[in-house]
Amino acid sequence: MNRRPFLKLVSALTLAGTLTATAASADTIRIGAVAPKTGGLAGGATVTQWPSIYLWVDQVNAAGGLTVDGEQMMIELIEYDDQTNPGETIKAVQRLATQDEAHFIIAPYGTGLNLAAAPLFDRYGYPQIAVSAITDQQPELSDKFPNMFFTLGTTTALAADLVGVLTDMREAGDLGNRVAMVNVADAFGIELATAAKPLFLEAGFELVYETSYPLGTQDLSPVIKGAAAAEPDAFVAWSYPPDTFGLTEQAMIEDIDVQAFYTAVATPFPSYGGRFGAAADGVLGAGGVNPDSPAFQEYAKAHMELTGAAPDYWASATTYASLEILAQSIEAVGLDREAVSDHLRETTFETVLGPIAFDENNSNPAFWTVGQWQDGVFVGVASRGRDGTAPVILKDGWK
Amino acid sequence: MSLTGSDLRNLVLAALALGICALLPLSGSGYWLGLGVTIAMFTALATSWALFSGPTHYISLATAAFFGVGTYVTGLGIDSLPYWGLIGIAGAIGAVLAALVGLATLRLSGVYFVIFTLGLAELVRQVITWVQNNSGQKGLYVLTDLDEAGIYWWLLGLVTAVFVTGWLIGRSRLGFALRIIGDDETVAAHSGINTARAKVLLFMVPGAVAAMTGAILAPRYVYIEPSLAFAPILSFQVVIMALLGGASRLWGPLVGVIPFTFLLEAVSANFPNQSTLVIGVAFLIIVYFLPNGFVGLLDRALTRTGHRREA
Amino acid sequence: MDILITGILLGGTYALIAIGLNLQYGVARIMNLANGEILVAGGYLAFIAYVSLQLSPLLTIFLVAPLAFALNWLIYRVMLQPLVNRAKTRGQLETDSILATFGMSFIGVGLMLGFFGGDYFSYSFMAVPLQLLGSTYGANRVIAFCMAVLICGALYLWLNRSRAGLSIRAIATAPASARLVGIDVKRLSALAFALGGAVTAVGGALISTYLTLDASTGVVFTLKALIIVIMGGVGDVRGTIVAALLLGIVETAVASLLDPGLTLAAAYILFLGILLFRPQGLFGKTTT
Repeated sequence: MNRRPFLKLVSALTLAGTLTATAASADTIRIGAVAPKTGGLAGGATVTQWPSIYLWVDQVNAAGGLTVDGEQMMIELIEYDDQTNPGETIKAVQRLATQDEAHFIIAPYGTGLNLAAAPLFDRYGYPQIAVSAITDQQPELSDKFPNMFFTLGTTTALAADLVGVLTDMREAGDLGNRVAMVNVADAFGIELATAAKPLFLEAGFELVYETSYPLGTQDLSPVIKGAAAAEPDAFVAWSYPPDTFGLTEQAMIEDIDVQAFYTAVATPFPSYGGRFGAAADGVLGAGGVNPDSPAFQEYAKAHMELTGAAPDYWASATTYASLEILAQSIEAVGLDREAVSDHLRETTFETVLGPIAFDENNSNPAFWTVGQWQDGVFVGVASRGRDGTAPVILKDGWK
Repeated sequence: MSLTGSDLRNLVLAALALGICALLPLSGSGYWLGLGVTIAMFTALATSWALFSGPTHYISLATAAFFGVGTYVTGLGIDSLPYWGLIGIAGAIGAVLAALVGLATLRLSGVYFVIFTLGLAELVRQVITWVQNNSGQKGLYVLTDLDEAGIYWWLLGLVTAVFVTGWLIGRSRLGFALRIIGDDETVAAHSGINTARAKVLLFMVPGAVAAMTGAILAPRYVYIEPSLAFAPILSFQVVIMALLGGASRLWGPLVGVIPFTFLLEAVSANFPNQSTLVIGVAFLIIVYFLPNGFVGLLDRALTRTGHRREA
Repeated sequence: MDILITGILLGGTYALIAIGLNLQYGVARIMNLANGEILVAGGYLAFIAYVSLQLSPLLTIFLVAPLAFALNWLIYRVMLQPLVNRAKTRGQLETDSILATFGMSFIGVGLMLGFFGGDYFSYSFMAVPLQLLGSTYGANRVIAFCMAVLICGALYLWLNRSRAGLSIRAIATAPASARLVGIDVKRLSALAFALGGAVTAVGGALISTYLTLDASTGVVFTLKALIIVIMGGVGDVRGTIVAALLLGIVETAVASLLDPGLTLAAAYILFLGILLFRPQGLFGKTTT
């Protein structure tokens, strides 16, 4: 574990800054970025969003910039902290569009902030390749905002594939029928729990414990104790970062005896594996990647070198892929935003995740849905149309 | 109620200023319009806040509670009711909620009221989240055709209403009573003023206005979730802007809101990585060097020139 | 029984969060909104010491305490003393200190963000089960609880037995009269403020063994601490402890018996209820 990510980041940025400064004369592409650096979602954005942006800018500029109409153009990154406040996101996008005259704007972080920004991206004609915006409303949204694209999947897919994974385990005789399901009482957790419940029942599971807990709960032991008392075979939590850690620790302490243990957001964070070590083995979580793919390994190495921290095993690579898509589109059709949006709709892109093409709802239909910690690595165990799915292992105790 | 010459002059000037503000969307600059929305939003919130807190010296941190309730009214009702109706409903709910809170708490003094209102915002947020969770409701999407200019005009209308209300209160018996309460509550009570009723009535104003502001702004946020709608930081921002301007005058908060918005804007544009730090420093400078807000600064400047003239 | 113990353990956590603020607010009359940032900073130090030097948080606190004490002493002397001198009334000091410490909390977040980044920091320390009366509890929580008992006990004894402690209590009760009987109010206020900061930072170091923190989470703890302090009665150690335990037990009981989704709502209802019927807090005395 590197203890000085910040210093590394600073030096990398200064380097990137001087590089851009020297080239910033006429031929730069101004790329705007707005995401939380402070506030409730800052912890997630610092792991998932910002490092990939810095990495991408650094790599593009180190390679001499993007080729636009035969000319090499360096990237100038203009960044804003929206403080996890939709009002600030809106202001920052407006400023990027009208004052900074950014050529392109990287989509914000989080479902709520992406949606708050969507009307502005739409009005100014910017393509919005959203990553961390998981919703079932993609058809409605892309209908209303035709330049909005989705890369990380839908709520229902996330829930359905977990149900699928558990069903497969049951069919194989590894898992009983009893499921304890809890969720964080915030939009994301509520949406997922609501989507998952009928799916579990349909698949013939019995929900033996079901509850929610507020965001920011400091002691989750009643939740785990309540779940353990119901003697489930599988524990599923639609959780957010601080409680993903809290639930896992309590589960360890209670030594909850389940064959499948699932926590959602932040399970793929490197700090999760770092904190729980061998005890994390077998834990299921939202997302996943194919860690054996050379493209991902190369990306993870560069990520580590530039920012001093490892990428997470889910949205980090997707964020990077969304930037690759943007870069490829710019190189193909130039700085005309309308043309870039059209290009996005029509083309199949080669990315760190493999090929990505958007469907008629501007959605990327190929994404990871369920992953699992196996020997210190978080591997994808279920996906929609992605290669390299690993077999699921049983959760075997907490030692 | 009669208007003096200077009253008339002020009215005309205010109407003129309002007219100019209303033309902002026609300038075609989305950036300035966006800033205009922010300024209008905080002017409505801070001015109504000061209407109550200026005379009574109670610091209310309940703005986020009312605001959040307002956004939820729009979020829940946008598919079945017209927008303007929702704003009205939000205002009514905000006023009723404020009246209930006022009845229960306005006999508490000072710091207890501060913490109570803060706790209230969290309580409302928890209850709404829990209800939403148990009714299995998904995230609320507010998809409308209303654009930024529309929202801006609605807010501007609300700001106007707030100023008119404030002006009328200032001229009414209620306003007179409040000034006495602000000077000395015991004296007020002895002179036959129903202090509790006056305070509750007045507290309904910021409650209603904050809820209406939330209702108006909901379409701008598109997606409503509790952690964003009830963010406690909003309550603090309103207090700070109002105090920076000065809560003792009707126009005080306005002169706080405008520079503060531009300051925040400049900071976040120039120091994207240190904006929190720089805002903190700016904040301390204000506290230490502008103790009575801009109104205090102006008043002092005016008295000085006044003295000079007399001399 | 299980609920009671879990609740009491949680109450210990809350006492760690709130007891420092009680000193700062009760004695120095500063409603310190930057309290949570001090707590998170303490947690950061423990995290860094543990990850890079494998230093147990139980040892780190001996480093954290003097550092936080010095820092808070400085903050009080340089930043807050002028406000105290300037304020004509208690109300004005309250407004000023709310604004000033609010600004400081921003600075705190900004500094931590600059030095450590915005990532979550979490590590596993003593996350092993401990059997108590037939149920299991996290050993780290039990340790933190024991430390909370030690800290609160020491504070209580110090405030009630030592001369400085008595003077501090005198200030908390009647600052104006305290000055008349020859108590150095300024020096002791600074002492109380610094001590409060040190206790908070130590609490942060202990809490970081089982809660996941990041640079922006301070405000969550500030809010909780304020509620507990007000609930217990300003300037009374006993009140804060009772309020913290009560809150812990109620939250756990609601979570276990009713619905975990209502824990925080129940906490606020309890708080608002106490405020309505005993506005001076559980142990507070009505002041004029």
